[in-house]
Amino acid sequence: MSARLAARQPTRRRPLLALTLAVAATLTAWSASPPAHAQAAPKTLRLVAQADLKILDPTFTTAYITRNFGYMVYDTLFGQDAKGVPQPQMVDSYTKSADGLTWDFTLRKGLKFSDGTPVTAADAVASIERWSKRDSYGAALRNAGAAWTVVDDARFKLTLKDSFGLVLQALAKPSSFPLFVLPQRLANMPNTAPLTEVLGSGPFIFKRDEWLPGSRIVFERNPQYVGRSEPPSGVAGNKQPKFDRVEWLYLPDANNAVTALEKGEVDMIELVPPDFIEPLRKRPEVAVYKSSPNQGQLVLNHLHPPFDNPKVRRALLKAISQERFMAATGFPADLRMPYCATYFICGSPNETTAGSEPFQKPDVAAAKKLLAESGYKGEKVVLLVSTDVTYLNALSLMTLQAMKSIGLNVEPVSMDWSSVGSRRAKRDAPEAGGWSAYATVANEFSVNSPITGTYLSAPCGNTLPGWPCDKKLDELRTAWLRETDPAKERALLDDFQRQAFESARYLVLGQYYPASAAVKSLKGGDKIWAGITNLWVLDK
Amino acid sequence: MNYVIRRLLATLPVMTVVAIVVFLLIHLSPGDPAALIAGDLATEEDIRKLRTALGLDQPLLSQFLLWLGRLLSGDLGTSIFTHVPVTKLLGQRIEPTISIAAFTMLLTLLIAIPLGTIAAWRAGTWIDRGVMIFAVLAFSVPAFLVGYLLIYGFAVKLGWFPVQGYVPLAKGVGPWLQSLALPCMNLALVYIALITRMTRATVLEVLQEDYIRTARAKGLGVFAVLMHALRNAAIPIATTVGVGIALLISGVVVTETVFAIPGVGRLVVDSVQRHDYPVIQSVLLISAAVYVLINLLIDLSYRFFDPRIRY
Repeated sequence: MSARLAARQPTRRRPLLALTLAVAATLTAWSASPPAHAQAAPKTLRLVAQADLKILDPTFTTAYITRNFGYMVYDTLFGQDAKGVPQPQMVDSYTKSADGLTWDFTLRKGLKFSDGTPVTAADAVASIERWSKRDSYGAALRNAGAAWTVVDDARFKLTLKDSFGLVLQALAKPSSFPLFVLPQRLANMPNTAPLTEVLGSGPFIFKRDEWLPGSRIVFERNPQYVGRSEPPSGVAGNKQPKFDRVEWLYLPDANNAVTALEKGEVDMIELVPPDFIEPLRKRPEVAVYKSSPNQGQLVLNHLHPPFDNPKVRRALLKAISQERFMAATGFPADLRMPYCATYFICGSPNETTAGSEPFQKPDVAAAKKLLAESGYKGEKVVLLVSTDVTYLNALSLMTLQAMKSIGLNVEPVSMDWSSVGSRRAKRDAPEAGGWSAYATVANEFSVNSPITGTYLSAPCGNTLPGWPCDKKLDELRTAWLRETDPAKERALLDDFQRQAFESARYLVLGQYYPASAAVKSLKGGDKIWAGITNLWVLDK
Repeated sequence: MNYVIRRLLATLPVMTVVAIVVFLLIHLSPGDPAALIAGDLATEEDIRKLRTALGLDQPLLSQFLLWLGRLLSGDLGTSIFTHVPVTKLLGQRIEPTISIAAFTMLLTLLIAIPLGTIAAWRAGTWIDRGVMIFAVLAFSVPAFLVGYLLIYGFAVKLGWFPVQGYVPLAKGVGPWLQSLALPCMNLALVYIALITRMTRATVLEVLQEDYIRTARAKGLGVFAVLMHALRNAAIPIATTVGVGIALLISGVVVTETVFAIPGVGRLVVDSVQRHDYPVIQSVLLISAAVYVLINLLIDLSYRFFDPRIRY
């Protein structure tokens, strides 16, 4: 019996053995064979992006990640340099008439979209027209009677009916609708929905075939890009990239992103969560960079009681301790300010303390007195508390405490940020499904002037959540925009801020500085500008 | 064969109910994708136009019938955010998820069944107690914590595996396995615990049976006896394994997040967060179909383990 078994067993096992050997050989060959693309390894930058890219049209949304995407694939007519000065970018030269009402622009020679078609003045004008339908600067230019005309393939003209002191600042606007140049065909498409086609003349090409929504966005160097001769500065100058390929990775787990950086699996984290900043500063192989300032904001509903009353808004402002609000966000002490007295970002050219005097020291007792004087009758305040974004949650909870401390009848309603986005569009009274207040943050470019500040630039009749209306503020804004004398412009700016504090348009909750981090072998991390991924400055 | 056809036909009403419930749950929950796409500065008019452009202003019944009609013709729709077809999104995500599920289950079976069998065979001894303590611990520790510990130990300290990401099989078996190792170890732990306990309990019960005593009395070796017992204990184990596979495919989101793996779980969570209706609806429906199919396969497998079973 056993002899028979012994004789049979090798026969039975032979197919199994053969199969095992075949599988092993296949696996070995498979793992040994290099990937097809590995033969000419491109110089690659791997960046952990601040968010997942959902919308590819930077002329449609103000989402920062889409704006950054725009800077990768599109170019601008003008660009702000690191000092905030507008510099020609796609424009080669320009002239303006003595009265400032006529401007002539000439494009640089040789500009091409990534499909090889030349960039013409018709593309530029169509892009300006598309932009001016959405942007606050664009709207202000239209109000000043701006007309854009194509002169020839390389030249276009602007004529104004009224003076406008900030034409170049408008064309070089860096954020919340920068003026990206699209092909005329795309620029003329309806702007009721985001564009899905991407075709620009910027430093990189979007690799749609490698796009993994929710995980990875890939760019390759644009061979058609024509750089400027000036060195890169801000989003101006030469944008010729030093990397062949850039991968934006979306890593939703912060711990994972930081570990990947420490291990060198990624080169840079665009936005480091506050509680990881100090540990990363201690790592010898990592450099942490201070980014441009952000402002915490409390948006109030001006349509319904109690915040339809400016006295109630001012009473709450009196109770806000910016120092405590900013500490609650978790940023290290050197990345937050104890107090910032301006609506226009401390440290920016427009910084002013005008009108802030009564609010520089928080005083709960004085705030209670102001509230009593306002005629507040205990109306319900519905505070939308965003729970899924840590710093917004912190700001919301601090707001809740401040409201309670002065005796407001506040009801917090917790929800995710996307639901806040839906709820805040409702004009209903707070007790009927509407809202009274919510906390948010904005980058310096979305607050640093009366025209770029989202909640400062909206005139009466706007559809901005909160629906603020102050005709005096509107008049001051228009006067400031049209003023061409720097001294008078400055005085108007001060007047504008005084009025903004008077009406407590929205409440500034403080100023902080996000941080990015990169492996030390990555050169140029300190030149990343103002939260915009001008990745063409990086090299390794 | 008749049984299989009957079971497949029975899934139709189930899938219809699932489709209706999923559709209603998603559309009746608060949040508006048009407002999200339109962004901070959008006016109500902008949002209204966008809603029209996306077809979200249509009555719910019309939207449902439109979706159902497309679904029946094999069109899963297009993401309203990225404008990428759902089939393509799923195609991109299915490989990592199936790889994780398959590799995790393989790891689980290779460890849990021998471990549970040994624990049953040595019931009451320190080996049994050791295995049970391990099972309780593995079941109790949260997946994200285990994930971080694995990353710290095997990726940061030892440097054997990458911290994050997934390498497709097409880029080489070695890198593929490396990228799968930590997430699968992480996920497998809880299934190892579950199946070890299940195997121990069922094998222990079978080992008390008369025919096992007879087999041992006839002089059969320990290995042969245990294999015999295992086959008779297989049905509950197969059920647990099947449910485990279904759960793995639809419920790996924590592991996918911790290890930054672009799988189906993360696709669903991302889509839910931004109210991307076509993606959520289609993926949940497909997940439900997979669940039903796996249940059917489990039922069919019973005949393999016990030929006495007839349908």
